[in-house]
Amino acid sequence: MVTEAQAWDALRAVPDPEIPVISVCELGIVREIRADANAVTVVVTPTYSGCPATEVIATSIRDALLQAGVEHVDIETRLSPPWTTDWIAPEAAERLRAYGIVPPSGVAPAGPRPLHFVPRLACPRCGSQQTERLSEFGSTACKATYRCLDCREPFEYFKPI
Amino acid sequence: MSTTRFDYVLCLADNPLILGQRLSEWCGHGPVLEEDLALTNVALDLIGQARLLLAHAGKLEGKGRGEDQLAFLRAESEYRNFTLVELPNGDFGRTVTRNLLFGAYQLHLWEALQRSRDSELAAIAGKSIKESRYHLRHAVDWTVRLGDGTEESHARMQAALDLLWPYTGEFFAADALDEAAAADGFGVPAGSLQGPWEDTVRPVLGEATLRIPEPTPFRSRGKGGMHSEHMGHLLAEMQYMQRTYPGLQW
Repeated sequence: MVTEAQAWDALRAVPDPEIPVISVCELGIVREIRADANAVTVVVTPTYSGCPATEVIATSIRDALLQAGVEHVDIETRLSPPWTTDWIAPEAAERLRAYGIVPPSGVAPAGPRPLHFVPRLACPRCGSQQTERLSEFGSTACKATYRCLDCREPFEYFKPI
Repeated sequence: MSTTRFDYVLCLADNPLILGQRLSEWCGHGPVLEEDLALTNVALDLIGQARLLLAHAGKLEGKGRGEDQLAFLRAESEYRNFTLVELPNGDFGRTVTRNLLFGAYQLHLWEALQRSRDSELAAIAGKSIKESRYHLRHAVDWTVRLGDGTEESHARMQAALDLLWPYTGEFFAADALDEAAAADGFGVPAGSLQGPWEDTVRPVLGEATLRIPEPTPFRSRGKGGMHSEHMGHLLAEMQYMQRTYPGLQW
């Protein structure tokens, strides 16, 4: 029998398929694990509704638990409360930056009246504050695209949501 | 009562489904790479929201129809989306103008649906509203930039607004389904969204130096299943795989 603690350990080794430097646990999408005699139930919350990685993540979670000796894996989806970038583990933030993605900062847009405000971000490569936003979206829905005006490198920003 | 709930959720699902299909046509055709990615990311979110709603509708119906069957195997008159979202994309300016008009509506709809008596619907609304805020912000930025831009971009944005604005009347026209769903505490009265929607849209159009067209008696009827001539073409492409290979899975 695999205990809940062992199941958590197994999932801490499962990387996010789009951002492999952080685990699915650090991303905050594994909300709960319940273990009994020979089955483990994992409650997962999706990041964005349209995130194409959701199905890959479910498969990776299942494979990791089967590998750890669980006989039967159930994956449940929970929508409420909705996923927020506040659930990303603080220790994962620096790894994101080293990977070239600025971790989320500030707050998600709240009211219906959108703000004309673009947060000034430091380039994750050279640290310069002279950066500009190129697009509100990036290679995935969760990121915006920026460019550093000093080192000229593009980088991504994990948007707060 | 459960038929009302099924019909209502299906109606909610069809708008993001059809607009998601339209926006995905931009894949590989965006004016610049960043905007190609942005529009297709919005499309993905919309299709994801539609999937959640369609799966929920299938459960409410209780006849074993899943999201794929509901998305791909209905006849044209069974789709309940607003006519606005099925219109061709036009140029980039027309696409962002539609995203503004529809995005502001969707934001206020999700806001209200978070208080639905149906906890699954409220959860879908609570999740989707966070995404919709980013979609709207993208549309607002571009509307202001192009509307208050060059002579050419301003003219195109004004033409887009003149074309699309009359289709927004349909957003707030109450029908029996809305009233039944609202009375049940399940849905939102259509008319209640008009004030907040105008409060969101009008200042943006003002900042974009765009003139709001005069009201007209024109009413589109997509929500009632009476679609424009563009809908059949859209469905032919969207449904092709499931019609040709029934039950196909990726």
